[in-house]
Amino acid sequence: MTDMPATPRRSSLLKLDDRTRRRNAAERRFQIYGILCIAISILALVVLLVSIFSGGASAFRQTYATFEMTLPAETLDPQGNRDPAEMARVTTIGYQNVLRQGLVEAVRTAGIVPEGITDADITGILSPEAAADLRNRVLADPDLLGQSVEIDALAHGRIDGYYKGRVTMQSAERDANVTPQRLQLADAMTENGLMALRFNWGFVTKPDASDQRPEAAGLGVALLGSLYMMLVVLVLAVPIGVAASIYLEEFAPKNRWTDVIEVNISNLAAVPSIVFGILGLAIFINFVHLPQSAPIVGGLVLTLMTIPTIIISTRAALRAVPPSIRDAALGVGASRMQSVFHHVLPLAMPGILTGTIIGLAQALGETAPLLLIGMVAFVRDFPDAPPAGLFDPASALPVQIYNWTQRADPAFVERSSGAIIVLLAFLLVMNAVAIILRRRFERRW
Amino acid sequence: MSVLWITLIVLAVAAVAFALGRQKALSATKGDPRKLHSLPSYYGWSSAITAFVPAMVVMILWMFVQPMIVNQRVESALQLPAAASQADRLAAAREVRAIGVAVDRGLSQGVLQQDELGRFMEDPAALAPALRAADIPLAVVVTPQLFNAAQVFRDTAATLGTAMTAIVIALAIAGAAVGIRRCTPEFRARNLVERALMCVLIGASVIAILTTIAIVLSMVFETTNFFRQYPWQEFFFSTTWSPVFQGQSQLGLLPLLWGTLYISLIALIVAVPIGLFSAIYLSEYASRGVRSVAKPLIEILAGIPTIVYGLFALITVGPMIRDWIAQPMGLGSSGSSVMTAGLVMGIMIIPFVSSLSDDIINAVPQSLRDGSLGLGATRSETIRQVVIPAALPGIVGAILLAASRAIGETMIVVLGAGAAARMDVNPFEAMTTITVKIVSQLTGDTDFNSPETLVAFALGLTLFVITLGLNILALYIVRKYREQYE
Repeated sequence: MTDMPATPRRSSLLKLDDRTRRRNAAERRFQIYGILCIAISILALVVLLVSIFSGGASAFRQTYATFEMTLPAETLDPQGNRDPAEMARVTTIGYQNVLRQGLVEAVRTAGIVPEGITDADITGILSPEAAADLRNRVLADPDLLGQSVEIDALAHGRIDGYYKGRVTMQSAERDANVTPQRLQLADAMTENGLMALRFNWGFVTKPDASDQRPEAAGLGVALLGSLYMMLVVLVLAVPIGVAASIYLEEFAPKNRWTDVIEVNISNLAAVPSIVFGILGLAIFINFVHLPQSAPIVGGLVLTLMTIPTIIISTRAALRAVPPSIRDAALGVGASRMQSVFHHVLPLAMPGILTGTIIGLAQALGETAPLLLIGMVAFVRDFPDAPPAGLFDPASALPVQIYNWTQRADPAFVERSSGAIIVLLAFLLVMNAVAIILRRRFERRW
Repeated sequence: MSVLWITLIVLAVAAVAFALGRQKALSATKGDPRKLHSLPSYYGWSSAITAFVPAMVVMILWMFVQPMIVNQRVESALQLPAAASQADRLAAAREVRAIGVAVDRGLSQGVLQQDELGRFMEDPAALAPALRAADIPLAVVVTPQLFNAAQVFRDTAATLGTAMTAIVIALAIAGAAVGIRRCTPEFRARNLVERALMCVLIGASVIAILTTIAIVLSMVFETTNFFRQYPWQEFFFSTTWSPVFQGQSQLGLLPLLWGTLYISLIALIVAVPIGLFSAIYLSEYASRGVRSVAKPLIEILAGIPTIVYGLFALITVGPMIRDWIAQPMGLGSSGSSVMTAGLVMGIMIIPFVSSLSDDIINAVPQSLRDGSLGLGATRSETIRQVVIPAALPGIVGAILLAASRAIGETMIVVLGAGAAARMDVNPFEAMTTITVKIVSQLTGDTDFNSPETLVAFALGLTLFVITLGLNILALYIVRKYREQYE
């Protein structure tokens, strides 16, 4: 016989006792923890994106000084025959002097000169890069000489910083590169319409610039280098990855050998990326003697990293094609090879494409292995067209970002955040395409 | 003739073979494909394969063998003393090569004439100025001995190059002829094509294995080099890391390992609770709508490149921790610290923990939950006492995978953790990790004979072994667990 409890517990369905209340409170707490954790993750994402975007959006706008001046033909083309080869003898320094005279004249005639300012101060508001830009413009079109042209000159990085709130009058007093007078002049020029912030295409199209000229630094070479590497990855990783998955998924016998390959692939997908950089350095550069900082080496390393990703997603896509398709093909007399290449592969294509794009997006953002194969080098010359250009030195988008974070001038922080916006924009587009492909072509069997 | 051109010619031969083979098979049955063993295009493909494959195989082998023969000839022409070291021999061979290539370029651009090359035999110093006229750089001091060897180099390379062109193209044509001749209606062309295709497929899947072997070999080779120059006891057990490029450096692994593990630990302390609770909420409580919004948002975190997290650590989190926490508490004044890197890395690995745990929690059979709820447990009690214990092995696997990710992460620690190798418990001090030191020892000017550079390979191998161990363990646990409920 069971013992009855000494005092039967009095409980009611309508009135909660202490224990039930405690349990319900624990239940609510548990749910709140979950919600909090999700909120923290999403908050972290938002803070990350906001901090990058608020710091980097200004990189797409740049301060330019705009004024009219006559280009003196006698100094810029001493021979007077408008032959670009002859005119190329005048160096950037010659153009710098011309540009400075023009600016001083423009500022003095506008009558906006602040007190105590010297000509050196006036010319100091221009970037050293402005003269090189003018030289290129004149060499491309020698007929400009002797005419009155409108000059769009890059302002000095510190003036640009003043426009964007990075430089103040107080900091200018302690700065060797700028004086408060120059900032006052910049204010006055703004009022007269001689200087303004404008959209900066150069940030996306121009090559990197030296440590001293953040205002001229652009992503052109890095974007081209990244594009070349993606081409290499696309040409190599996709066929190899798809071929490997077809073998493993459709033909491989289940034995120890294929098991080794499978374990291998899942491990390769989790090997730290820097180890692939060591591989690239030891094999492709020290052993095969491919050139350093060349997109071909970067592309090969990224190919090896991307193959496992592509294999994993391709196998999933092949597995999703129902066996009935294969059986039907075999039933009407196709060989196994024909059933795979004529029927299974086309049906798995959307899944394979999605996986490929996601693998490419991963490869695009990869930095660490590229540091080891010399992509950190300072490269100003655009690589040639492929295939020869694949062996020219180039940079890559994420490595350019890293490079800029290592520079002293605070203006480069803005540049690197801006470059991240470009990188994220590319990733967003790629992932969006992948999602659209999946939505558009996904088949449920 | 360049390799590219030879390849194109062989491709053209293969294309012709395709057309002729297909044609021959069809004409043998008077245009009736039903009397053929295979579809007509298979006859074409089989002819193209017999034309293309042997020629290409020979060409690739030739490209490996030719430099060896050339080097041998050059070396005998150089007549180096028998006592010359390997490095001297290599340097001399490189100079000979540079001269030979420069002379070839000079000839093709017309600044040098074939008949005046004898002149440089007597006066080798005149070569460099003659080449400079055409902007061909030559940074080698030319001696008669080197110039003579360069001539041998050019002759041998040219002869062998011509021979290769002739042999490869002849082989392609012969292969095409054999292939086309075989195209009779009884010939099993499809079987041949499919066997060739199968070889390609198998070759592609072997590349994954080759990559692993290449990774291991490249690191093991240089690591043994390193241990030949530096005692292994010092490397594994010394507590000082101070590389000096003049020698006498101390290269102890322990401070780097400590930094790596410390940062990974902080990252896991951040990521495991957040990831786990998110996964539990999403799989057990959240409505469809919430789930379809929150899950992709969290997974975006996994898609953001690590350089972005690195910059986030450098410009936002680092200064924030320094100004708000470390300096007021007097714990340190460094913008880069273990805490910075750990926090940011924690954010990065949240999605690894949450997605994997989510999958695993979903794989726990509904009947277990129903049983527990039926006994009167609340949902949170069911989760804590039934679902989580059932899913525990899988969750541990997920955490191990996340840990391996954290240990191998590079860009966040390069930008967020600092470069000072120290063993400290204060998380607001800058410390450094294995990956940071691999980057710093291998970028810039490196000399692959000094232990200061080679140590990077030993560090890489250590990292590889640690992460591989964690991965294999995690995969083993996850796999074993999955089978349990299937």
